[in-house]
Amino acid sequence: MDVGLIAQYIMNGLMLGTMYALVAVGFTLFFGVLDVIKFSHGDVLTVGAFVALATFGGLKAIGLDSQPILLVIMLVVAVFATALLGMVIARTMVLPLRSAPPLNTLLITLMLGTVLREMVRLFYPEGANPKPFPALLPSGSINIGQFNLRYDNLIMLAAGLGVIVGLQLLLNRTRLGLAIRAVAQDDETARTMGINFTVVVLITFAIGSGLAAFAGIMNGLYYNEINFGIGLLLGVIGFAAAILGGLGSIYGAILGGFLFAALQTIGAVALPFASAYKDVFAFTVVIIFMAWRPTGLIREKISERV
Amino acid sequence: MIHRTGGLIAIVVAALLAGVGTPAEAKDKVKVGFIGPLTGGNSVVGIGGRNSADLAVRLRNADPKSKHEYELVVLDDECKPNVAVQVATKMATDRSVIAAATHYCSATAIATVDVYQKFNLPIIVWGAVLPDITYRKKIAEVHRVNGTMINQNEENAELLTKIGYKTFAVIHDTTDYGKGHNKYFSESLEKRGGKILGTFGVTADQQDFTAELTQIKALNPEVIYFGGLTPIGVRIRSQMDKLGIKAVFDGTSGIVSDAYIQGLGPLAEGTLAFREGAPTEKLPGGKMFLEKYNAQKYDGAPEAYGPFAFAAMDLIVDTIEKVGPDRKKVIAELAKVDNRDSIVGKITFDDHGQNTVPVVTKYVVQDGKFVEWDESEYASGKRKLPGQK
Repeated sequence: MDVGLIAQYIMNGLMLGTMYALVAVGFTLFFGVLDVIKFSHGDVLTVGAFVALATFGGLKAIGLDSQPILLVIMLVVAVFATALLGMVIARTMVLPLRSAPPLNTLLITLMLGTVLREMVRLFYPEGANPKPFPALLPSGSINIGQFNLRYDNLIMLAAGLGVIVGLQLLLNRTRLGLAIRAVAQDDETARTMGINFTVVVLITFAIGSGLAAFAGIMNGLYYNEINFGIGLLLGVIGFAAAILGGLGSIYGAILGGFLFAALQTIGAVALPFASAYKDVFAFTVVIIFMAWRPTGLIREKISERV
Repeated sequence: MIHRTGGLIAIVVAALLAGVGTPAEAKDKVKVGFIGPLTGGNSVVGIGGRNSADLAVRLRNADPKSKHEYELVVLDDECKPNVAVQVATKMATDRSVIAAATHYCSATAIATVDVYQKFNLPIIVWGAVLPDITYRKKIAEVHRVNGTMINQNEENAELLTKIGYKTFAVIHDTTDYGKGHNKYFSESLEKRGGKILGTFGVTADQQDFTAELTQIKALNPEVIYFGGLTPIGVRIRSQMDKLGIKAVFDGTSGIVSDAYIQGLGPLAEGTLAFREGAPTEKLPGGKMFLEKYNAQKYDGAPEAYGPFAFAAMDLIVDTIEKVGPDRKKVIAELAKVDNRDSIVGKITFDDHGQNTVPVVTKYVVQDGKFVEWDESEYASGKRKLPGQK
């Protein structure tokens, strides 16, 4: 196979992997602090993308044209809106159900996901249609044979990786990170040490949901199109990636995200049968992995959670 | 005595009033059904179809000469076969529903034909184009007012080879709809000497097509043929651009919707598509239909298949007017439909219930609109598609 072509596949895979990793990290964060699986995560991503698009429309209407400023404002508004949404979900649905079986939380957030998705479809103007997402990054590209390296892809990749590294630093180098890790490890002890449990949980949900908005905007910029269903499959894949890597481990989530993207790309390219089976292939491999290592690739050690 | 007389008069007057009043008011209620995708990615077309069927019912109810009062029962198949079988069963087992206009998606229409047969509910398909729906076996209950994808793909292959294109890549969704399009297009194209360099099946909810498109880019076809519906059509066309693929994007009736153009903006320019029936404005009853439709202030456009939904529902109520609200009689009467005027043109059902008057319109997107190919600047040579000779 042509080298340029291989490079193109790797680039495609890296872009997908970054988006999957960002979603998977959210799942891992929520599981880390509260032992819950929040299934509405994918649809929070959709809400983030649509808030960004609505912000874009609003800013355009008041005559703002500078692309970098537009993008920054869209990012800030969408990340804050979903962070707030994440906090509301945690406060009203996840925390009150702490003493209930984990299945209840899973179910309630699964249903919330449907509500969010259908609300976007019903209340966003013509929400059922695919929406064009503005191209706000430089559109040039370097062409080397079959390899088409776009500047916007490079910027998104760098930004996505930057966010992941930033999160890592936040968790490992700050007092807030320390508090999150303490709650993840043992919330009872953390409370007796004077850590405000509720605040830490709310902030964690805000961070995870903000990451989803970031991934949603990245999705929009990458494909130049969003629709009310984007979060559905991304949610499932993000969850699978988080489990694959080892639910509760940030590194595991990142690894899982990139691994899943690689599996899909291999499924579409290198296998002799039709590309329609690429998801079947990727999920089958995940099942085999899970049978082999039930706790994920990076085994969860309680002391290293989150 | 006076009191008693007064009471008598009152009773007589009341009886007279009641006697005069009833015959005009008391039309019996007849239920007719509509099924289409009202939620999900294809809901825009589904809602357009529902509104159009609703219009046919309203116009009939407003007609003082109609014998019955019609009530439209609407159910949502979500464009999903499993849901469709449930709602079709629900409708078919409700014996008060006499007949129905059903399904935009081929995958749902083909899944439900046996249900209609089992429960003897006469239906007229208003949008799905898979040939098997009417032709897999003879089912007296199933009819279709629009043409099939065989006609569509013959015209499609004909035009593209005539323009001079020789190499193609095919992307189709893996539903019955997409697979059918792949089959009939490939057959029509190969008869005319076109060459298919690669065929890619994709799932109907897929987001990312970069892996498939990167392979297609290496194959370097002149045309990418797409058999599928608007949502993924928008995604594929947009991702083609991202990868710098210059090939012509050639779609089926599944992308002929305003949503396709809105979803892509200027990128939609030069997309080809083929659909049964003439453009709504040019249909025999198109002008009347659009006027009445707009007067109702519905929450969306009729979209490409609204006129078919209207024609199907109109034919249903016509038939019930003629033979009465009885499923068996309606089935027998629909079998006799021959050279019947409708807003989409003449309707003649063959022995499979298929309308045999297929008109296929060729479209190209020009300046943000689906324009008839023959009237476009691409046909006249003023503009050129990539690689057009």
